[in-house]
Amino acid sequence: MHIRIRPNRGWTALSPHALWAHRELLALLIWRDLRVRYAQTALGAAWAVLQPLSMMLLFSVVFSRVSGLHSGRVPYPLFAYAALLPWTFFSNATTHAAHSLVASAHILTKVYFPRVLVPLATVLSCLVDLLLGLVMLAPLMAFYRAAPGWHLLWLPLAVALATIVALGAGIGIAAVNVKYRDVRFALPFAIQLWLFASPVFYSTEQLPARWQWVAALNPVAAPIEAFRASLLGLPIDIRVLCISGGATILLLAAAAMTFLRVERSFADIV
Amino acid sequence: MDPIISVRGLGKQYRLATRRAAYATLRESIMRRLRGLGRDSTADGERTFWALRDVSVDVAPGEVVGVIGRNGAGKSTLLKVLSRITDPTEGEVDLYGRVGCLLEVGTGFHAELTGRDNVFLSGAVLGMRREEIRRKFDDIVGFAGVAAFLDTPVKYYSSGMTMRLAFSVAAHLDPEILIIDEVLAVGDAAFQQKCLGKMGDAARQGRTILFVSHNMAAVRGLCRRVLLLDGGRIVMDGDVDACISRYLADASESGANQVDLSMTHSRQGHGELRFHRITLCATGDRAIVPAGRRIELQLDMRVETAVSDVELSVAVDTAEGVRVCEWSSGATLGRIARLEPGAYRLNCGVDQNILSPGRYVLAPIARTGRRILDYVPGAMPFEIAWSGDGVHDGRDDPSGLVRVGSTWTPPESAPGI
Repeated sequence: MHIRIRPNRGWTALSPHALWAHRELLALLIWRDLRVRYAQTALGAAWAVLQPLSMMLLFSVVFSRVSGLHSGRVPYPLFAYAALLPWTFFSNATTHAAHSLVASAHILTKVYFPRVLVPLATVLSCLVDLLLGLVMLAPLMAFYRAAPGWHLLWLPLAVALATIVALGAGIGIAAVNVKYRDVRFALPFAIQLWLFASPVFYSTEQLPARWQWVAALNPVAAPIEAFRASLLGLPIDIRVLCISGGATILLLAAAAMTFLRVERSFADIV
Repeated sequence: MDPIISVRGLGKQYRLATRRAAYATLRESIMRRLRGLGRDSTADGERTFWALRDVSVDVAPGEVVGVIGRNGAGKSTLLKVLSRITDPTEGEVDLYGRVGCLLEVGTGFHAELTGRDNVFLSGAVLGMRREEIRRKFDDIVGFAGVAAFLDTPVKYYSSGMTMRLAFSVAAHLDPEILIIDEVLAVGDAAFQQKCLGKMGDAARQGRTILFVSHNMAAVRGLCRRVLLLDGGRIVMDGDVDACISRYLADASESGANQVDLSMTHSRQGHGELRFHRITLCATGDRAIVPAGRRIELQLDMRVETAVSDVELSVAVDTAEGVRVCEWSSGATLGRIARLEPGAYRLNCGVDQNILSPGRYVLAPIARTGRRILDYVPGAMPFEIAWSGDGVHDGRDDPSGLVRVGSTWTPPESAPGI
């Protein structure tokens, strides 16, 4: 085994080879995040389901009953819940990941392993919550007598897409947070705004046609629409998917660059 | 034999500004960019310094090398670069083998997790494979002696138990190259002995060890070669005794009665609180106290985030690194209930100064319970001067670390003995 240490590490901090070599540590970190998150909570992992469920109830009352927003042939609660699953995952994963590097500073300044494992593990641990939320969807759909169709086969793809977007946002913001603690104040606020800019309680096709592409610039739009399409068989606009997917690639590139910049001097500034 | 560690022209530069403000805010950074428009960005007086410069050294497999030097000499920076925690600014290092680094005891431990979980987590963080941990699990638990509490969260452990388990995990790490910082400094004497014993074992098994310490006895006991660092450069490389004598001679030169600690890198702890200055009062401008005279210290510190149940203390080590005593605030103040963020100053007076004449170093420590907030080993060298105050009348160099007065009766004739 040969390790060479040089001033400029370049891309090696994100090399798939190094990540693969540390896969066991990644698994342990995911498991630690899950254990610690639900340690000393009375309801434990039930929180993973309660969050989107209570939001669904709130949205159903406010947007469906009060403001009369339509969801077509799909009952509004289902329409909202199918979107709240990826949204809750995205907002939780991003928030937890954003603080993960700083919270692990005491480890990262004492021992070396690819630091990207820390936000990566946090995002992946939130995936478990998403799966629990998906399980809850089954009784909901049974209640509304909505059967899933062959579209369900697209679900793994939708989950993967949501994970990639959360990774981009989570890793990028975590890196910024190392240098600028403004993130602590800005992030909760930004996430709230982001919710309204995302097609969660409405769908992109309900927007005026000339604004739809603007809404699609949001990287989270694609996974949300993809979830709805695969779970409820709703039509999906390929253009929205492409624009949002493109935005995701930009997000990932920006996150990787920010992360690499911070990674080099992490131990000196944290 | 080919070297297992090869360091060529290694240098590490720090910007002073970024280290003073532990982290910036976005506004400051934007303002700096705006001000910097149209002129050289380094022109706004940004000061830099080299914590490490032109360091070149080869270490052969199986060598046990001690790294010594005063605070700020670059020891910790060297270890951090070699363990890849921070990148060098220039130069290159080749490491031919698996590297294990122990910069503190308990890296990766999480209070909410059980002892069993922590063994796996900490082991993995330090670089062990799961299979390897499973194989050594019984040994690790046996060495620590906590078998009965494996399924209890570590937060309910005593500090001694946590330390033993944490060290036991680290002790069972067996990489080809072992990098060890002063992990032994915060523990009781028995624990330190155990740690040193384990490191001796590792050395005998032919591992390559790089060992930073202020404890000259430990360095003498373990190492066959010593690197003496000063001002970021290797000033001496080779014979253990020669390097140690030179180090001890240098250590006595510095004698300011006030030391700025705000910039020093050689510290441990979580950092909610940072010592900024230590002053030895009423001694003139040099850190010399006559034997038997009252010692008065002033500590300046900054609290970054509010902390509660704080205990402050100052440890006294000999120049060789043997701990003589620890003066703790606990006796007079109890635990300090709460310290809000801000700057603080406090004084510590030692009436019973029984230290023997000689050279010592002071090390301030802040703790809450078992958690170390800040600890600056070797922060301030000082000297106890012989005063002829009567405690040891008739002897110029009393032996031993402390002077305890005693009364004697004159010899009487006792023929029956």
